[in-house]
Amino acid sequence: MGDPSAETQRTLYPYVTGSSVVALKYKDGILMAADTGGSYGSTLRYKSIERLKPIGKHSLLGASGEISDFQEILRYLDELILYDNMWDDGNSLGPKEVHNYLTRIMYNRRNKFNPLWNSLILGGVKKGQKYLGMVSMIGVNFEDNHVATGLGNHLARPILRDEWHENLTFEEGVQLLEKCMRVLLYRDRSAVNKIQISKITEEGATVFPPFSLKTYWEFSAFKNPTVGAEGSW
Amino acid sequence: MDQKMDFNAPHSMGTTIIGVTYNGGVVLGADSRTSTGVYVANRASDKITQLTDNVYVCRSGSAADSQVVSDYVRYFLHQHTIQLGQPATVKVAANLVRLLSYNNKNFLETGLIVGGWDKYEGGQIYGVPLGGTIVQQPFAIGEMEDEILKNHCSIEHCFPGSGSSYLYGFFDQAWKEGMTKDEAEDLVKKAVSLAIARDGASGGVVRTVIINSEGVTRNFYPGDQLPLWHEELEPQNSLLDILGAPEPMNI
Repeated sequence: MGDPSAETQRTLYPYVTGSSVVALKYKDGILMAADTGGSYGSTLRYKSIERLKPIGKHSLLGASGEISDFQEILRYLDELILYDNMWDDGNSLGPKEVHNYLTRIMYNRRNKFNPLWNSLILGGVKKGQKYLGMVSMIGVNFEDNHVATGLGNHLARPILRDEWHENLTFEEGVQLLEKCMRVLLYRDRSAVNKIQISKITEEGATVFPPFSLKTYWEFSAFKNPTVGAEGSW
Repeated sequence: MDQKMDFNAPHSMGTTIIGVTYNGGVVLGADSRTSTGVYVANRASDKITQLTDNVYVCRSGSAADSQVVSDYVRYFLHQHTIQLGQPATVKVAANLVRLLSYNNKNFLETGLIVGGWDKYEGGQIYGVPLGGTIVQQPFAIGEMEDEILKNHCSIEHCFPGSGSSYLYGFFDQAWKEGMTKDEAEDLVKKAVSLAIARDGASGGVVRTVIINSEGVTRNFYPGDQLPLWHEELEPQNSLLDILGAPEPMNI
């Protein structure tokens, strides 16, 4: 196909995008949640896209942003893990190493003005050490006890800052994530009510099947919003 | 305002394209309108293109881009079939389409639906929208969304919105798991004709292609064989046929 000159080779805008991903550290490892939607502009076009994937033995990757770029990143990681396994030396790449690899890819693409249009969350456990990090499309990366992408940063992280504590049980962690995902459902235009939660512990990764959250609409103020304020809309 | 006819505007297929799996194979469907700006350059185009004996692709967006991608994929698949010694799988065909779409995402403006039948996985449908994402689905409807187009196209040659947007609600309601071949083809025919009724960028005839273990069947449904929708009237030869006897004069 057409041979691209240096100037014409750049990704300018995303097409099919995934919305927020939220993740937190808990007692046994990492819990991560995302909905299974793929938006095409303002249309909620695809309703069953899995955006949480296990990587190797020790990591979980969650992505928001352009789905085609996420699919490409999965191919890069597949190759990375394959070569790691081929060494057959009893060692395996942990979450810290995978996070670093992703950071290098994202930052180098950004330097070439051709970013992979994603925000990535990488979590995992190796030898009892829990790790949770994020990389943005321009290569900004950091680690924390709880992370989120997109609107999740504005809606979910305040909840997590308030209610997260060391040594959450699995049940507490799931309920906390569900609380965050419910708020995103109410307030994020591109959210879809089909959620996936996944966990990773020393034993391995589990991606639970998608489910839907109940939502609450029975506030009396919702039924009659303009009562008490005559003439308002 | 008088619309200037820009005959040099790129040929774009506004388009309604659909791919549906059923119990035993797939049904692909499309309208037949290719437009150049506001002018209909071809009112009977064939947007369902063969890639191999068992895999077809529905094309939408830029006519040129979709044709050239189809040609390359057909070429690669031909060689792959020879090397493999047996028919290519639908998955391989879809992934070849994805590779071209993804790696040339800045230059291409085409959304494709790949559908076919192979002996390993049966009937499958893969959507490859703008950008080169690949998504396997039990049914897929085609391309072209206002906002995405506004970003992608700097010139006003693109037709904003297209037939498939009109079909999301319809399919949410009408789609069922495990349909028969006839149910699936009826669904596709109905859906394309509904989209044609409301979308200026779609029109003409409805073409369907059914692919299963037995082979491939092409069907053709001109406008007069399709159901009539809201506010549409039965086509007549002339007003005179409706009027019947001329009115007597009154003095």
